Amino acid sequence: MALATPARPASAPPPPPAHRRPPSRGARLARWDIAYSPYLYIAPFFILFGIFGLYPMLRTAWMSLHDWDMIGDHTFIGLDNYAALLKDDYFWNATVNTLGIFVVATVPQLMLALFLANLLNRTTLRARTLFRMAIFVPNITSVAAVAIVFAMLFQRDFGVVNWLLSLVGVDAIDWDAQRWSSWTAIAFMVDWRWTGYNALILLAGMQAIPKDLYEAAALDGASQWRQFWRITLPMLTPTFVFVVVLSTIGGLQLFTEPLVFGNGNMRGGTQREFQTLAMYMYEKGINNLNTAGYGAAVAWALFVMIAIIAVINFALVRRTVK
Amino acid sequence: MSVIRRRTKLVAVAAAGALALGVAACGSGDEESGTNAGGKPDKLVIETFGEFGYDELVKEYEKQTGIKVELRKTAQLNEYRPKIVRSLATGKGIADIVALEEGVITEFKLNPANWADLTPLVADHSKDYLPWKWEIGKSSDGKLIGLPTDVGSLAVCYRSDLFKAAGLPTNRDEVTALWPDWDAFIETGKKYRAATGKGMLDSVTTAASAIAFQAGGDIFYDKEDTLIADKSPAVKQAWDTSLKIVDANITAKTATWSPEWSAGFKQGTFAATFCPAWMLGIVRDNSGPENKGKWDVAGVPGKAGNWGGSWLAVPERGKHKAEAAKLAEFLTSASSQVAAFKLKGPLPTNLEALKNPEFTSYTDPYFSDAPTGKIFGESVQAIQPTYLGPKHQAVKEQALEPALRAYEGGEANAAAAWEQFIKDAATQGAY
Repeated sequence: MALATPARPASAPPPPPAHRRPPSRGARLARWDIAYSPYLYIAPFFILFGIFGLYPMLRTAWMSLHDWDMIGDHTFIGLDNYAALLKDDYFWNATVNTLGIFVVATVPQLMLALFLANLLNRTTLRARTLFRMAIFVPNITSVAAVAIVFAMLFQRDFGVVNWLLSLVGVDAIDWDAQRWSSWTAIAFMVDWRWTGYNALILLAGMQAIPKDLYEAAALDGASQWRQFWRITLPMLTPTFVFVVVLSTIGGLQLFTEPLVFGNGNMRGGTQREFQTLAMYMYEKGINNLNTAGYGAAVAWALFVMIAIIAVINFALVRRTVK
Repeated sequence: MSVIRRRTKLVAVAAAGALALGVAACGSGDEESGTNAGGKPDKLVIETFGEFGYDELVKEYEKQTGIKVELRKTAQLNEYRPKIVRSLATGKGIADIVALEEGVITEFKLNPANWADLTPLVADHSKDYLPWKWEIGKSSDGKLIGLPTDVGSLAVCYRSDLFKAAGLPTNRDEVTALWPDWDAFIETGKKYRAATGKGMLDSVTTAASAIAFQAGGDIFYDKEDTLIADKSPAVKQAWDTSLKIVDANITAKTATWSPEWSAGFKQGTFAATFCPAWMLGIVRDNSGPENKGKWDVAGVPGKAGNWGGSWLAVPERGKHKAEAAKLAEFLTSASSQVAAFKLKGPLPTNLEALKNPEFTSYTDPYFSDAPTGKIFGESVQAIQPTYLGPKHQAVKEQALEPALRAYEGGEANAAAAWEQFIKDAATQGAY
């Protein structure tokens, strides 16, 4: 084929001297195989990531530099959206809500997960596999179903929670009317779904701790409680930080639970008591047709926040693992 | 076969697979209606939400013209709107006719380039419909974008059994006579509260919307589309009366569409709600068959009002604009509107349809045989001409109603609620 083509591209190597046999087809393929096929093997992921991950990100970044109407004009305005964002009360309100719900949900969740993991780690526990599977079940339940059921539990007029509270003499609480109550209700949904998941990861971490440490401690007369504080917890730190990172990323992207809790309204309460950043992004970027660019800026702000927190976590892990 | 050979083959397959994926991602289905030799379309697509009652009419049109008509339905408006946005933004899968509701048409009118001007495509109908309804179908640059379909109008749905228990009259004419104006409505609510300890009305927000519409004229925007939410007399009137309603404690504080609200119909949490014609079906579904005959329909306090209603528009990118406009003209004609009303209940806006005896003599068995055709037909004629600005719906739903609910729930005092409303109106109303 190559010989039949008179004009070769300038960059092509000169034809091999006559006395050296050109490499056989097989050898050439073998060389390519070694040089290029690894890239092909990893290509599916990168192609998918490029289409569904990278491209939308870059497109969002591009949109965030525009006054972008979803079904109208797009005007380049540079960083104006970001400047407006910094002065936007509702953006900061959503930030406070997101971080607030994250703390209210995550702190008790991780303590409970640790407690459960420690129980499941007991060698004396019967039907361990059953319990381990059981605590994971909430996690594979559809988030929308969970949110709908919990929203009904936390209804003002006919909710089960208010009914239980009324038995001990507490007046009906309008759960979505105040910050503390709405955050509590949403934290319940998050925790119900994720405590078991985190407990299983912590359990895996606990099982990697060598048994002889406990045996030695027991020989020295250390109680179970003391073993937990002195051996389990310190050895578990890397796993624990990993769980914290996962919870942080999930917590900052919180969307479905508060949305369904608030009746599907993107405001998250009449005074935006529980509007999270993801909801604010949706309100600006999707609901309001003419502020899609601003919504894109919110999306990038959220991305930057998650990145910062991830870096902090990473630094912590490096310090603790050393 | 050597190892190398097999590997190259695998690579080729992988590459082909990746390519196919890419191609598949690019070539997502764009359904286009074909054209046969004579330039007449094979098929026209109509996109609607809820129930427009077009099922039979469409078959009739197919018979008349030989053009196949596909009727696409989406149950809820909030699922419907993103679909329309997506098809407008990408040009993919766009229908030939799109139904636009009162709450979204103002927003879509902001970009008139997306819509075909119907003026040259249909006969002159400017005198055939309720004048204010016709005007909303036009864009600010004078294009005729939508042909009027239905209108919500406004009545009061009330539970006669609960009214009786509270010692109030139960006959629908006597109930209407209870509240010639809003002050009388509030007094009735107080009596109801004194007798039962419950709120008579479901929520303050529907009242606010009704009052603003009754005032008529400009609501959140003036005719130049300048946001005047902070000084509009209609808004001021709605706001002041709403505050009076809350202060008199005559509402059950159940936000419209909330689970408390839906459950409230069965539980008797409240005894009255504002009913546009299309709300009758929702009241019926929420109350269930066991409450049949307990609900009735009375007139609203003050003048007539409106909530909801739609238009049919033709996207500029559609392939068969002329034929689509003809179909839209057919579907919004007087006889079609009466047929649609009889099938699913959307109130006519065509003046001739409103006079049609088949419409005016209609009674609703679920609502104690209330003559809904007569009640709504009369109130429709009395609706004040109103002007809806670009972001009317966003200002109403995301600024006015949350602020009123915050006041109703005691989360904000009057001044703070007003401040919240003005601030939200400014951000939501910008376009």
